[in-house]
Amino acid sequence: MSLTLLNVIVAVVIAIAFAAANAAYLVWAERRGAARIQRRPGPNINGPFGLLQPPLDGIKLMTKQLMIPGGADKILFMVAPVLAMAPAIMSFVTIPFSQGIAAHNMEIGVLMIFAFASMGAMATLFAGWGSRNKYAVMASVRAVSQNVSYEIPMLITAITVVMATGSMDLKTISLAQAGGFWHWNIFPSLHSPLMPISFIIFFICSLAETNRAPFDLGEAESELVAGFHTEYGSMGFGLFFMGEYANIVVGASLTTILFLGGWDCPFGIFPGVWWFLLKIYILIATFIWIRWTFPRTTIYGLLNLSWKILIPISLFNLLLTAGLLKVF
Amino acid sequence: MSAPIQLRPDETFILNVGPQHPATHGVLRVKMEMDGEYIVKSETVLGYIHRMHEKMGENRTYAQYLPNLSRLDYLGALGYTHGHVLAIERAAGIEVPERAEYIRAITVELNRVASHLFWFGAFVMDLGGFSPLMYAIQDREHILDMLEAVTGARLTYCYYRFGGLYNDVDDDFIEAARRFIPRMRKSLKKYAALVTGNIIFQKRLEGIAPVSAEMCRKYGATGPVARGSGINFDVRKNEPYSVYPEFDFDIPVYHECDSMARYKVRMDEMEQSLRIIEQGLEKLPAGPIMAEKKPKNIKLPVGDFYQAVETARGSFGIRIVSDGDKNAYRLKLRSPTYSNMHLFDEACEGMLIMDALAFMGSLDLVIPEMDR
Amino acid sequence: MGGYFSEIFYGSKSLLIGMGITFREFFKPTVTVQYPYQTIKMSAKFRGHTELIADEEGKPKCGVCGLCERACPSSCITLGSISVDIEVDGKVKKKKVLSKYELDFTKCSLCGQCVENCSFGALEFSKEYNLASTRKEDFHFNLLKRLEERNA
Ligand code: SF4
Ligand code: SF4
Repeated sequence: MSLTLLNVIVAVVIAIAFAAANAAYLVWAERRGAARIQRRPGPNINGPFGLLQPPLDGIKLMTKQLMIPGGADKILFMVAPVLAMAPAIMSFVTIPFSQGIAAHNMEIGVLMIFAFASMGAMATLFAGWGSRNKYAVMASVRAVSQNVSYEIPMLITAITVVMATGSMDLKTISLAQAGGFWHWNIFPSLHSPLMPISFIIFFICSLAETNRAPFDLGEAESELVAGFHTEYGSMGFGLFFMGEYANIVVGASLTTILFLGGWDCPFGIFPGVWWFLLKIYILIATFIWIRWTFPRTTIYGLLNLSWKILIPISLFNLLLTAGLLKVF
Repeated sequence: MSAPIQLRPDETFILNVGPQHPATHGVLRVKMEMDGEYIVKSETVLGYIHRMHEKMGENRTYAQYLPNLSRLDYLGALGYTHGHVLAIERAAGIEVPERAEYIRAITVELNRVASHLFWFGAFVMDLGGFSPLMYAIQDREHILDMLEAVTGARLTYCYYRFGGLYNDVDDDFIEAARRFIPRMRKSLKKYAALVTGNIIFQKRLEGIAPVSAEMCRKYGATGPVARGSGINFDVRKNEPYSVYPEFDFDIPVYHECDSMARYKVRMDEMEQSLRIIEQGLEKLPAGPIMAEKKPKNIKLPVGDFYQAVETARGSFGIRIVSDGDKNAYRLKLRSPTYSNMHLFDEACEGMLIMDALAFMGSLDLVIPEMDR
Repeated sequence: MGGYFSEIFYGSKSLLIGMGITFREFFKPTVTVQYPYQTIKMSAKFRGHTELIADEEGKPKCGVCGLCERACPSSCITLGSISVDIEVDGKVKKKKVLSKYELDFTKCSLCGQCVENCSFGALEFSKEYNLASTRKEDFHFNLLKRLEERNA
């Protein structure tokens, strides 16, 4: 019993460390990447290639005073940043990085990650409502309606994958795709010929779920100042920021496991954690690339995309897969 | 413990956009009465950056007023100084050498391109795309370098003088301008593919914020805003001044009246400006750059003088009432964005805030220019 | 229905085109100047603050006519003069000599009126642009002193 407890604690600590390190260095990568796209060097003063920038930023944020605006709901205001970060860390616990590296494998891993992911919307809502700022309230209402409408197609596509592999266990799903890239779920199979489209839908939804551009309506810095975290400074802001990046890592990991074969090697040799990391970082690079290319969508454009395009197509795909599974 | 946000009896609330807000690009305050994300009523409040430029014009000599004009619209300053010197020259009867007028036209058009480029970048940034701003600034930087090499300044030029120019352009400038034109054309293609063709961008602009020609007339809107609403009016063509009649260029007009039309007018205008620059460099005559007969201290005859020019934002007018003294009795500046901005209150009623702010971007407001 | 699918198709295509453009930009060299570490040479006509021009003996060319002071739209020039006796062809004459030339650069609009109006050709623009300070007084330039410093 105590051994399991120890296991869990170690796993959580590793998950926090992984999430924090990723968040810090993804900010750096994002800034460098964005700079390259815009033909600037980006942060390059502190340390080689500016690699000391994230810890210094962290120190700066931590030494700032945490201000609570007058009239704000103190409890919600304080809880929100934690709530933004915690679910992301919890999700790491169940993600299998490779055959042997998984903190705690669960039968219903997919479900658990989705459950945690939907808590992110709550953080946004609390932050917006708690700070008593009109911009923040508007932004959080937007973010919630966005999260709700994007969780549906995301879940439907996930169900399609679960049906095709017959398991909700992330490890089993990964293993089912082992043995070369043609086994991956992203490619059409006999049972679900529309898998590439599912992948795109899932990818779009994970962009929207993590409030990333072009779906960053919750932040919308040119309209709503800074969106739901307008009133946050110091580490409150820092936690939101880290939570965002941690969520990106979770989203990329989930996409990798569901569609890109997890830790499987494309050519069937040396499967291992490095393939998994390579895949998620390629996905994250695409996230960054997209963010610095497109303008932001409107709220109704976003809902239209979800309800008129993504949901019908994913539903159709679900029915098709179900039908084909029955037939063959 | 926590106080809820105050709602008015009809469940609307007041949102103060500005004076410090990322979308207003300056110290403009828009007081919006909101119903959720919808704007019920809006009221623009000016006065945060009022510097009494008109009053200054009445207290300074005409020559001393030169630097003021470039502090109105800091993005397209040359157009404004051009209007000022033209007004004084016409009133005082100063003959300007041809070379000087050509150089004025070339630099004004370069400045117009620079101004539109910056607007383009800032507008796309209003819509959430950041990279186009950087690309636009890269191109604009070439123009600023060129202008710096002749005028000595990068933003607030004081280059034109009554009767001519401060100094002549050299071959390097002409060479640089020649090289710039094809590069800019290439960039315009890039912008068309990256931004104009983008589906998200189109969805955000097409059919949004219609401004009818009727409304433009009512508020006196000019420039790209009016031309996006189907009004074919450009001072350069309708009331030709300087050497513009000698150039062959078109006035882009769109009839859709939406934000996209205003956007397209400006994008097309850049191409037309490039054409003018090209022809200007081709035709640039040799000769002096300063009028030979020019009074040292300029005094205008008694009378009322007006000169309109087409700047990057619309038609700018300067009216000088002179009592024969060495400074104006009354000086009035008609700045285009001041009129354009007043459209906003009426047109944005019932709009979503994000569309309204995109609409505001498409009006191309430069706050120090309307709040002078 | 056809419109629905064609919109999805052309929309996705436009997105891919945009991503292609940013992808190409990613591999192009950077264009920025790393300012404090790198500086660029200012163009010959760049207008910094004004400086006095010295004659062959290192004295300012200025004849203290006061034209610049009067022409300046921002009244940022303050002149001072003393008269000294100088010998010309054996006769002693009084001559005004510049004793103070103060430029309040906080107000200067770099318009160039002073340079243009000077009939002695005694003023020029410097090429200095690295001007930054937290104190206003640092921009009250004593041009005479600056000239001496340059001579030394
Ligand atoms: S440049 Fe203009 S403002 Fe500056 S000192 Fe000379 S006259 Fe005055
Ligand atoms: S105008 Fe020239 S000569 Fe006259 S006071 Fe000024 S600097 Fe001296």
